[in-house]
Amino acid sequence: MSQNNYQHGTINRREFVKELVDLCPEALIVTGLGSPSYDVFAAGDRPENFYLWGAMGAAAAMGLGIAIAQPEKSVLVITGDGEMLMGLGSLAAIGAQKPKNLTIVVLDNGHYAETGMQRSHTSLGVELTGVASACGFDWTLAVRNPVDVSQIAKQVNAKNSVGLANIFIEAIEYPKALPPRDGSFIKNRFRGHLGFEPF
Amino acid sequence: MDVKEQTLQHAWKDEIFDIFKRGGVEQLVYVPDAGHSQVIKKAWADDVMKPVPVTTEEDGVAVVCGSWLGGKRAVLLMQSSGVGNCVNMFSLIKNCQFPFFCLVTMRGEWAEFNQWQTPMGSATQQAFEMMGINVLRADMPQSVPDVVSAGFDAAFVGGDAVAVLLSQSLIGRKKWDAK
Repeated sequence: MSQNNYQHGTINRREFVKELVDLCPEALIVTGLGSPSYDVFAAGDRPENFYLWGAMGAAAAMGLGIAIAQPEKSVLVITGDGEMLMGLGSLAAIGAQKPKNLTIVVLDNGHYAETGMQRSHTSLGVELTGVASACGFDWTLAVRNPVDVSQIAKQVNAKNSVGLANIFIEAIEYPKALPPRDGSFIKNRFRGHLGFEPF
Repeated sequence: MDVKEQTLQHAWKDEIFDIFKRGGVEQLVYVPDAGHSQVIKKAWADDVMKPVPVTTEEDGVAVVCGSWLGGKRAVLLMQSSGVGNCVNMFSLIKNCQFPFFCLVTMRGEWAEFNQWQTPMGSATQQAFEMMGINVLRADMPQSVPDVVSAGFDAAFVGGDAVAVLLSQSLIGRKKWDAK
């Protein structure tokens, strides 16, 4: 089995993320560490983005905490397959809550790109849409064609369901676009956007 | 072995819930433990405080940080065995300086029948401290409200990261009667 030549999908991650973020201007966004953080930052920095640089496995669970705290806002988690796999149990926590304002978007290249493109479980038989569906998500979508971006954005903005979209992207690394790594700054900026003061 | 577990009613458990309620906690995030059962039950019956069960404790760390990002207070409840599951996730708290309050029921330290609880129980305080989380401990029923309240205020008024350990002696001996 080849480590690097296997292509899981065909969608260009940067173009997909840019289009999705542009179509969801009000959404509070949490990004999983590595390439998803770079993709979302490359789409344009905004105060309602919370970029993770570590705490692998945290993205969806953080999204759940935000979604419960801010039920009137759309919450969008944009993460990678490896990060989602590490926090697989959080899909059960989300399924048990069923917040109506949470969407998980997994940029799935079937590989751990950040560590040298080792294959991940999603290119070895694991379907994250099936896991989310079994966890009680209202909808799941396996996206192999970029024309589905507006369909996902519509769900994000509707705030009437919890869903997971798995985006089959090319296993290609793009030039890194590095968001701020100062977690305290990112936290206070995010909260400030919602009208909350720092200590 | 099929065992029956006896969950005792304690006044200090109600006082813990009251501290959370007065403190405006809106998410009670937990992996269950018999020692937390009264608080969890009350949260399920509450109109404002939302119970959020998680499947593993580190997810709970991320959920409570998410709640703070969304402007709301959340607390995390777990057993000592769960603290080890959280170690890397605590970097979220340290890097972002999230206020954090965690209530831990101890195992493996007092009349423990199951020695599998002892390795993590012995290392619980150190695991928190090595990741920069301050530890308070309550050993006597009458000290629980003060200790919990002090830790809670240090977190949500002072912005600190605090864990309160509830001694296994408070919870009492777990009954291991085979059916």
